[in-house]
Order: sequence, then C-alpha cells, then structure tokens
Amino acid sequence: MACNSSTCNSSGCYKGYEEEEQPKPNTKAAVNGGNSCQNLCVKCKVNEPVCCGIGGENSRFCKDCFKNNLYGKFKQAVTYNAMITPPDKVLVAFSGGPSSRVVLQFVHEMQYKAQKNYDANKDKSLPVFGVGVAFIDESSTHSFTSLHIEKAIEDIRLIVSNLAPPSKELFVVPIESIFSSDGIDGKERLKELLDAVSDVTGKEDLLIRLRILLLQKIASENGYTRIVLGTCTSRIACHVISATVKGQGYSLSADIQYVDSRWEIPVVLPLRDCPAQELNTLCSLDGSLKIVELLNGPCSGINGLVSSFVKVLQEENPSRECTIVRTAGKLTPFHFNRVPEIHDSNVPSATRRHQKRYTLKPNGSLSSDSFCPICSSPLKKSNFPSSLRSHGNQQNPDLIASACSSCQFQILPKDPSLMEEFLSVLPQQMITKAKHGDQGDFSLLREQIQEFLLSDGENEI
Amino acid sequence: MEADSKPKKSGARLCCVCNQNRAALKRPKTLEQICRECFYAVFEEEIHQVILENQLFKPGDRIAIGASGGKDSTVLAYVLSELNRRHNYGLDLFLLSVDEGITGYRDDSLETVKRNELQYGLPLKIVSYKDLYGWTMDEIVKMIGLKNNCTFCGVFRRQALDRGAALLKVDKVATGHNADDIAETVLLNILRGDIARLSRCTSIITGEDGPIPRCKPFKCTYEKEIVMYAYFKKLDYFSTECIYSPNAYRGFAREFIKDLERIRPRAILDIIKSGEDFRISTTTKMPEQGTCERCGYISSQKWCKACVLLEGLNRGLPKLGIGRTQGLNSDAKISNGMVIQEESVQGQLFCTNQVNPEDQFFGFYICKK
Repeated sequence: MACNSSTCNSSGCYKGYEEEEQPKPNTKAAVNGGNSCQNLCVKCKVNEPVCCGIGGENSRFCKDCFKNNLYGKFKQAVTYNAMITPPDKVLVAFSGGPSSRVVLQFVHEMQYKAQKNYDANKDKSLPVFGVGVAFIDESSTHSFTSLHIEKAIEDIRLIVSNLAPPSKELFVVPIESIFSSDGIDGKERLKELLDAVSDVTGKEDLLIRLRILLLQKIASENGYTRIVLGTCTSRIACHVISATVKGQGYSLSADIQYVDSRWEIPVVLPLRDCPAQELNTLCSLDGSLKIVELLNGPCSGINGLVSSFVKVLQEENPSRECTIVRTAGKLTPFHFNRVPEIHDSNVPSATRRHQKRYTLKPNGSLSSDSFCPICSSPLKKSNFPSSLRSHGNQQNPDLIASACSSCQFQILPKDPSLMEEFLSVLPQQMITKAKHGDQGDFSLLREQIQEFLLSDGENEI
Repeated sequence: MEADSKPKKSGARLCCVCNQNRAALKRPKTLEQICRECFYAVFEEEIHQVILENQLFKPGDRIAIGASGGKDSTVLAYVLSELNRRHNYGLDLFLLSVDEGITGYRDDSLETVKRNELQYGLPLKIVSYKDLYGWTMDEIVKMIGLKNNCTFCGVFRRQALDRGAALLKVDKVATGHNADDIAETVLLNILRGDIARLSRCTSIITGEDGPIPRCKPFKCTYEKEIVMYAYFKKLDYFSTECIYSPNAYRGFAREFIKDLERIRPRAILDIIKSGEDFRISTTTKMPEQGTCERCGYISSQKWCKACVLLEGLNRGLPKLGIGRTQGLNSDAKISNGMVIQEESVQGQLFCTNQVNPEDQFFGFYICKK
C-alpha cells in the first residue's frame, strides 16, 4: 500500500500513484507528530475517539475534544475580531439547520459563562451581553403545510426556552414583514416581487437579500447591536465560486470576512473557520443539539450547480473548501469589514482599547465605494453599467443605473416597460438606498475627523 | 460584454442581424439566431475589436502563432491571416509547432499543421522535445506514469515555444487560448490557492518582461463558437484528445463550466470579469524574477522548472519538482549541481496539468472528456 512516510528515500517508493492524497489536516490538534496511538483521541489521548475531523485519519477525536475544538475556533473568531463585547445585544439568526444550531449553542455557552463570572464578581463593572434569536418564516414562498411550519416553530420555541438562563427573546417573523405593511398585503407584494424575477438564480439571491434586510429591521427595531450568522466554511466556499461565476469578483472579499459593517447593524460570522461536515457531526453526536428540518428544497440554477461542484471537489479532497476560503481570504477586504469603533463613553475604556487593538486595520485609502441598492455589493468605479436601460424610465434612473451588473442581469426585468411595476414592489429600503447611494461612507470619514468637528449640526459633508 | 440583440422575429426565424437570410444557427455566446454569413462577420469583428482595444500588435511585428493542428490554433491562424489582410495589420505571420513525441497523436496532428502551412501560406517551424530535452513524452510517461505527466508536458512546452520563437526571431507569440480556457484557469487558481497566478491569468498579454511576450486574441471567444466557425468554414483541423490526459485536474473545472454554460452562457465571460476585478494587493508577495542557473531561461527560482524536472528524469527521480516542496531550490538543497530529493509535504495537489496558464499552449486537447 502507499508509503506514509514523508521522507522515504527508497527508489521504489513513489508514494504510490494509487494512494489517496493525504488530506491536509486543518485542526491544530491533529498535527502533533505521532500517529502511533490510533485508538485514542488525538487531543486528550485518554478517551476513545468517536469521530473524525476534516483531517481524516489524523484527527480522530473523542466527543468532548471534538466539541471543544469547534468551540475553540468559534471563541477565537469572536475574540480576535471583537465581535461581541459586554455592552452588545446580539441577535442570532436561526434557520433550524446544524450551523445555526451550533452557533446559537456556542453563543449561549459564552453568555452563560459570562453570566457566571458576573454573578461571582463583586465588581459588577462589565455587564453581560444580551442574546436574542430570530427565525424568519418563509412559508409564504414555499408550499409547506401550515401544520409543518407550526410544528417547526414550536420546536424552535422549545429550543430557545431551554437555552436559559440567561433567557433569550425569540422573534418569529414572516418574510413578508420586510414590507412596511403587514398581513395579506405583504404576502401579495412578495409574491408579485418574486414572480417579476424570471431568472431562477436571481430569485434565490433576491430572497437572500430580503432575509438580510429583515434581520436588519428586527435588530434595529429591538435595539440589537450585532447580528450573528452561522455561516460556515463550506457555505463561504460555495459563495466564493458562485460570486466568481456571477461576475461579482470585485465585491467578493466584502462578503466573506468575519465582520461586515456595511449595514446599520454589523453582521458577524463566528463559524467562518468551521467546515459544515464538522458542524453536522457535532449535531449528530450531541443529542441536545436538535435541528429543525425545514425542507427548503435544494437550490437550483447557478447556486445549486455550484453546491454540487464544491461537493464533488470535497469528495476528491476534503480540505478543498478550506483552500478555497483561504485563497479568497487573501483578497483585499473593504474598510467596512471590521467592527466599527465604539464612541459610547458608557462603554468601559478597557473594552474600547481591546476592540481597537483587535479590529482589522483598514486597507490603504478609504475609497468611497458606492453600493448596489439591491444586493449592497460595493461597486467598482469603472464598472458603472451603462445607463442605456434607464432611458425609458425617467422616474427612477438612479436605481437602475446604480445597480451592479449581476443584479441588472438576473434580478431587474429585461423589458423596460416592466421596470416601473417592479420598482413599485421592491422594499422601500432598497429604493431609499439608491437615492442616498454614497452616504454610508461619509460616516467613516466623519469618524476620523470627529474630534475636530465643532458644529454638530452638519447634515452633509 | 453583452451583445446588442435586436428583437427576434418569432416564426420566420430570420437572422437577427441582417433580417434577410434564414437563421442557420444559435450563437452560443448570446443565443441569438443568426445566419452563417453574419456569424462569420460578427465572430471576426469581435476578434478584430479585441486586437484593437488591447493594442495586441503593431505594424511590422513578426508573430508566431502557436499551432498544434487543433481547432483553436487552426482557427486562430485562419482568422489572423484573414484580418491581417483585411485590416492591413502589417504583420509577418508564422506557424510554430511543438512536437512532444506522442506517437499516434502528435505525429498525426503535425500532419495537419503541415497542411495548414500550405493552405494558409504561413511558414512553419517545428521544435521537438527530443531535440531540446532528450526526452519524448512517450518516454516520460513510460517512466512516470499517467498522474503528473501533464505537468512535465506543460512546463517543457512553454520553454519549447520560447526557443522556437527565438529561432524564428519573432516579436510575439499568439496562442489560441479561448474564453473557456481562461475561465477554467481562474477557477483552478482559486481551487489551488494560487493568488499570484490568479492576478495574472486574465491578462491578455503576458510575459512582457520576459523573453517573448505572448497574447491571447481569443480571450473573449467562446470555445463552442470556435468549433462552429471551424465546422461551417470546413477548416482542416485535428480533433482528438491527448491520449495521456484523462486524469488532469482541469477536468473538474471543465465539467463545471460546461454545465454552467448550459444554464447561463454569459457566465464564462463573467468568470473572466471576476478574475480581472479581484482585489489582489499589489504588495502580495509575487515571485521575483531571475534566471535559471543551469540554462539561463527566465525563472523565479535558482533553477527553472524545466531543469528541475529534467534533472529528476535523468536521475530516475520522477517526483522531483512535483508538488509543493520545501525549499527545493534553496541553497542547502542544491550543492555542486547535485539535487537532493525533495521532502514533500502532506496533502499536496499532485495532479495539476497547469503549472502556468501560458503553458496550455494547445488549449483544445488537454483533458477534453
């Protein structure tokens, strides 16, 4: 069989053309030299291993070490990027799947530990951060029976109520609440909007945008300061490929960092270094991590194709996803890919210093990027799409001309005569964004010169 | 690059450009229904525009066209000589062919190139691996098997092209890399983690600071359209896949792109656009350019890749230079011209046929399924 030695010098040993490629172990614990103890957990060397990490044979862990390994990655991501600080109120987006279940669990455990420290501490200077959970009910876009969705919501309520103390507020919000008006009106408008998009991929991507907008809405209306997503390595790898395929190479680096502050409420991704396979394994090992299966159906179109492609690559080499994310990680992030500085004087200065130390340094110049009103991707200056299509539409030339080329192709209607109608069913937030394109960036410039400004009444720079 | 499409006439199926002839085909790039004459015109015109916009050539240039006998290079030779005539580029065109020594494959395709020489009236030069390196691909495969042979071939071919170009005293080499090839390369570089190559692989002109610059006039041309052009024009080309290619990693990317093209044809150009737009820091550590100690060829290491591979072959160490090595080229490893076997690191991507995107000289034949 294949020779496992990396320094074998025998002339007959070509490391086998038949051998499987040795997958690169991506867990630090696994790279500890000796593979001699095959029947013990590689980390604690005490318990029997029950599962393998991505590294295959080299990373056999017992249940506790496996979980601790994942939790360690989570904790490291949170600390290094100052994702969660004491005064924060974090909203965890919960879809029911394994990744969001794990991130909810980990956030809870972190909060629980902080609470115990607080209780044990005489000096109650550092408060414990608050946690809320948001579940977006997309049943109006799918054909679930109401029984099915009600059962799912019940399960979710149970899960969240069991994650106390400290108790967490649960928001169950239908996707149509993205529109200001509720009820049947919202459902109709949503249906109209989705029907107006002919491209399958465009429809899926638009739905993702609506989800994010809704999370932003819930968070800002309820005083939350962070949104936590359970996005894992595997999903990011798929996003890297699909963004490349859709011509969004410029904005790609904005979507895959630990922190995304382009929005009113910064979005953080603490599970960015955790592969889906490991999260799934954790959920199956740990009985308390129940997942709620909401058969949203597989993605079709480009997104589905990319998923299957990445799956095939993973089968060929289990560390492929990590390589993809690492490559994309070398792309230059944007200035908003860090936690905004805290100016609140109520926040202990120790916290502010800590955050300052750990946030990503802004890259070079603060270019004033403008954003696509539909997908919020930063636009490359020279890529401003031609305004040919706006000719027939004088009322809203801003939105069409300022949309990125990908949204222009897959979301906006091809027929100019349908544009008017389309714009009328778009959520208000997107229209407003188009009108106030560049405003967001000035806040960052303002941040820099804040201490020198005398007048507080400046509306525009 | 969205083509302007006039509204299609349903039922009558007239060409959407001239509105006179019956539509004979659907353009793979835009799905427009178009007649043969208009297809030729728009195909040739788009390439002409690419040449102009990117200032690929200047009058008086001597240009070697990398010719394998396959569809890409045959169509390139045909179209270039046609455009040269039509638009007075003022170029001296040559055909440059590389004989890797693959029996039953290369010797057949070389016959096609010899016919092209007569058909297009372009002088032909053939350079062979046997002459340059003392090894044919048949001999190499006999020694190393079918897993990394494409790496050897690609590296050797690149140098062979440059040597041949130097012998012909040309100013530039034009290769038939098409949009599909470049899109595959972008994806491959993402999958392999090669950020340095990722920043270079979408350039239409490469190697400007090297011995001979190369350009890819077919950068925005779809492979399917090249096939269509060759088919309708009844051009003489050789269309079998290389007999040694089935295991190349590029196959994954190729399959994916074929599926993608079916759903959304413009995705191929979108991938290239993404590749051009990637925010890659200019301070990213790029390989420093020097020359090979052994042969003087351009190299970022002490020895150029071809020399490393050759050394491996000559010493019976076929894994030399394959996979990522720790300091193979460092001083400690090479002393007195003796190269010590590399220590290969776990988890390497062994099976790449693309050491360098420019190596994919004969775009059509590598790992076609």
